[in-house]
Amino acid sequence: MSTSSAPATGVAGADPAARARVLTDAATNGDRRALARLLTAVENRTPIAEAALRVLYPKAGRAHIVGITGAPGAGKSTLVAVLIAEARRAGRAVGVVAVDPSSPITGGALLGDRVRMQAHAADADVFIRSMASRGHAGGLAATSAAAAAVLDACDFDLVLIETVGTGQSEVEVAAAADTTVVLEAPEMGDEIQAIKAGLLEVADIVVVNKGDRPGAQRTASQLRAMLVAVARVGAADRGHHGATEGSVVPPSILTTRGRPRPKQPEVLITTATSGDGIPELLAALNRHRGLGREGPGAAARLARAQAQVWSILAERTRASLAESHRRAGTTAILQAVADHELDPFAAADRLLATLRE
Amino acid sequence: MTDRPIKVLIAKPGLDGHDRGAKVLARGLRDEGFEVVYTGLRQTPEMVTTAALQEDVDVVGLSILSGAHMTLVPRVCRLLQETGLTDVMVVIGGIIPDVDADELRSIGVAGIFGPGTTIAEVAEFLRANVRARD
Ligand SMILES: Nc1nc2c(ncn2[C@@H]2O[C@H](COP(=O)(O)OP(=O)(O)O)[C@@H](O)[C@H]2O)c(=O)[nH]1
Ligand SMILES: [Mg+2]
Repeated sequence: MSTSSAPATGVAGADPAARARVLTDAATNGDRRALARLLTAVENRTPIAEAALRVLYPKAGRAHIVGITGAPGAGKSTLVAVLIAEARRAGRAVGVVAVDPSSPITGGALLGDRVRMQAHAADADVFIRSMASRGHAGGLAATSAAAAAVLDACDFDLVLIETVGTGQSEVEVAAAADTTVVLEAPEMGDEIQAIKAGLLEVADIVVVNKGDRPGAQRTASQLRAMLVAVARVGAADRGHHGATEGSVVPPSILTTRGRPRPKQPEVLITTATSGDGIPELLAALNRHRGLGREGPGAAARLARAQAQVWSILAERTRASLAESHRRAGTTAILQAVADHELDPFAAADRLLATLRE
Repeated sequence: MTDRPIKVLIAKPGLDGHDRGAKVLARGLRDEGFEVVYTGLRQTPEMVTTAALQEDVDVVGLSILSGAHMTLVPRVCRLLQETGLTDVMVVIGGIIPDVDADELRSIGVAGIFGPGTTIAEVAEFLRANVRARD
């Protein structure tokens, strides 16, 4: 990965808070280059991003954040493009965060979602940003939530987050949105079926895209039937987690499953290539947003808050344990676990205790 | 962050009918560890500039086979300058005669890659020449 790294930042030594203030002032006044720079800082998790979010977070919280996920090729990017057009007709400014996976081996990524959205390039009220997932496990939801907050604070009223629904962290991104749309295409084959149930669990709205293809109606009916079963399984699942409240439930589980879902998400049919069904989809999004302040909306905001705070907490804990005066002790405890002299739970307790000293 | 991958925009301005070469380059650079934003065919200089701005890329790579490089590339360079993207490196790929290459270099094109350039060579050039920024 280091082979293709950008050189160390030139003015990194400059006061991050001052630099953040310049960027946030400019970005909230419509400077798109400053906005782009802030999003880079968020992606790179720099001190500038932290300082900027302290300023911007209180200004955010007004946008409707919509996660769009589904198998590769289902038509997510094409759908995002026509959804942008529909929202623009209603006079809304639209921000897009399109996440594609990074290669775990080279660290590289091919970010190709933008190809389908370039028609909106000239529109100053549309801002499209591609992001590589960069393999920060669990942190991806935090990073994209922070990116959405930056767009939100810069007055983008609708923020669409596209992720490929194949990995747990990508699903978590979509699940941390106010409204999660899961896209399916007709007849996508058995291997897709396997990930379907897990994906459907986070859906607020299910869209069968490629409505022009044979089998779209049938797929929609099948999904409606499946969703009844998922609603039941989901309820049982939540009961289980409720019972283990306060124990070792990792944040990923809290963020994706600790959230009430509609008993039966709406199933819509769209044809992204022609725009058929898109006004109906935007209407469904608006209805779900209207469920708003309590109910699913409140739970979604809590899930997003958790994703962000948990991730920062984990990062800060790790950083504190690696501070020079603790590093030797931390290493010794980790080594004891490696040697099976200490179990990992006892190790974690000891490390937490060293933080309190 | 020092281990941030270099971010490259690959665009195909002008009226070329296919983008096979550009796609091969995009995939190749991904495999070399770059984050590659691919924007596709028939990009106007304005579209390229907006994408470079929104994506906050380190490098803009233009693939041009149509022979229109002497009109398209200077327009992209000028728009990038006017937009304040002065620290974005511009490189181009295509069949560029030597006289044109000299002129393009003089307006700020950092690298010109003719047919036969390997992806590893492009990757090496970018790693060696992308400038530091915050
Ligand atoms: N027939 C048909 N093709 C579509 C539709 N929506 C998208 N596609 C095509 O499906 C392919 C994948 O689309 P894309 O938006 O990139 O999918 P993504 O990977 O989910 O983002 C492209 O060739 C699109 O043109 C649709 O409604 N009908
Ligand atoms: Mg896509």
